[in-house]
Amino acid sequence: MLSSIITISLGAILINNFIFSQFLGCCPFLGCSNKVDTAVGMGLAVVFVMGLASAICWVINEYILVALGLEFLQTLAFILVIAALVQFVEMFLKKSVPSLYSALGIYLPLITTNCAVLGVVLLNVQNKYNFIESLVYGVTGGLGFMLAIVLFASVRERVEFADYPECFQGFAICLVSAALVALAFMGFSGMSIPV
Amino acid sequence: MNIKKQFKEGLITNNPVLVQQIGMCATMAITTTLFNGIGMGLSVLIILTCCNVVISAIRKIIPDEIRLAIFVVVIATFVTIVDLLLQAFVPALSEALGVFIPLIVVNCIIIGRAEAFCQKMPIGPSFFDGVFQGLGYTCVLIIMCVVRELLGAGRFGGGLIDVANGFRLTLDGTGGGIQIFPETYGASILSLPFGGFLTLGCLMAVMQYALKKSAKKKEAAEKAAAEIEKEVEE
Repeated sequence: MLSSIITISLGAILINNFIFSQFLGCCPFLGCSNKVDTAVGMGLAVVFVMGLASAICWVINEYILVALGLEFLQTLAFILVIAALVQFVEMFLKKSVPSLYSALGIYLPLITTNCAVLGVVLLNVQNKYNFIESLVYGVTGGLGFMLAIVLFASVRERVEFADYPECFQGFAICLVSAALVALAFMGFSGMSIPV
Repeated sequence: MNIKKQFKEGLITNNPVLVQQIGMCATMAITTTLFNGIGMGLSVLIILTCCNVVISAIRKIIPDEIRLAIFVVVIATFVTIVDLLLQAFVPALSEALGVFIPLIVVNCIIIGRAEAFCQKMPIGPSFFDGVFQGLGYTCVLIIMCVVRELLGAGRFGGGLIDVANGFRLTLDGTGGGIQIFPETYGASILSLPFGGFLTLGCLMAVMQYALKKSAKKKEAAEKAAAEIEKEVEE
């Protein structure tokens, strides 16, 4: 059990990083990585929502969809659960932790359309993870996202001052620098954990 | 809003990936073979067109506060339909694209077009918007696939063109494609995630360069026309 949890965590954070090897969540990754501060906020919000969504969707999938033979409704059910969840988290934070709520700002509602969240839920089902494994995969996947976005935000702050061709302005130079960070993450791909 | 203008917008001046810069996850993730690219592009095209038509048809009865939830339900319905159809009729494609088919639900292109266009427009223009934006997306995917496959593995049309059994198109993903130069000479790093980011970045830069150049040309032409007019007046 412990070894499978370690395997899943290391895999989600480093080896199969959600952004650099699975391309899940690229839009917020590129959109919210202007500054390290906002990147940290976004990362925290994603860790939170991904963990919660993994747990709740696992329960719904196991006890409602599979029990009733409605697996074909998975996509529809999961996206609704995530949208509702994000809304609830937003309301809860607004009432009880206003400081965190104002720090996250606009990033909270945006998480609904982050494909890393729906992706992790669908991958949990695909990999047939149990409840604990799903939860661990959700949280560590979020941590991997956070690591990637914070690292990339610091790279981007440097790129701002670099001298690059005019036509590369905006997202183009971001993508090229993201490619180089992805190249660094490729170093982990040779790693394997004996189970 | 005529059709010709919409066509140009979807493919070039307002291309979803290269200009609006949305829906990039799948663009980078699945463009490793031409088979995947065309399959994904056509799936998005069909889903986008259907969603556009339905959302435009019900736009007057949707309450404004919960419109996003309704959009998501409509989109998820069509995605599920396409997902099940692919599993039944083109299982190879469904397997190759994996989790990225259900993830079309959160593809920003579809919800973005619903929010920006179909909400205000009648059914006709919404239909054409779906078709042309979908075509623009498909074109980008095809270009990415061709570049990455050619430079990465020296191949063209992997999975789609079967050369070994006579020259024919296959839909079961077994076609080897046309080998243009030996695979060992290719930069196989381009078929890895690194290549996805790099190719899309360069493509975007080329697009920005071209758009800027055409804008400059237009400006110069307008300036020249104004000068001529001035001279005529004098």
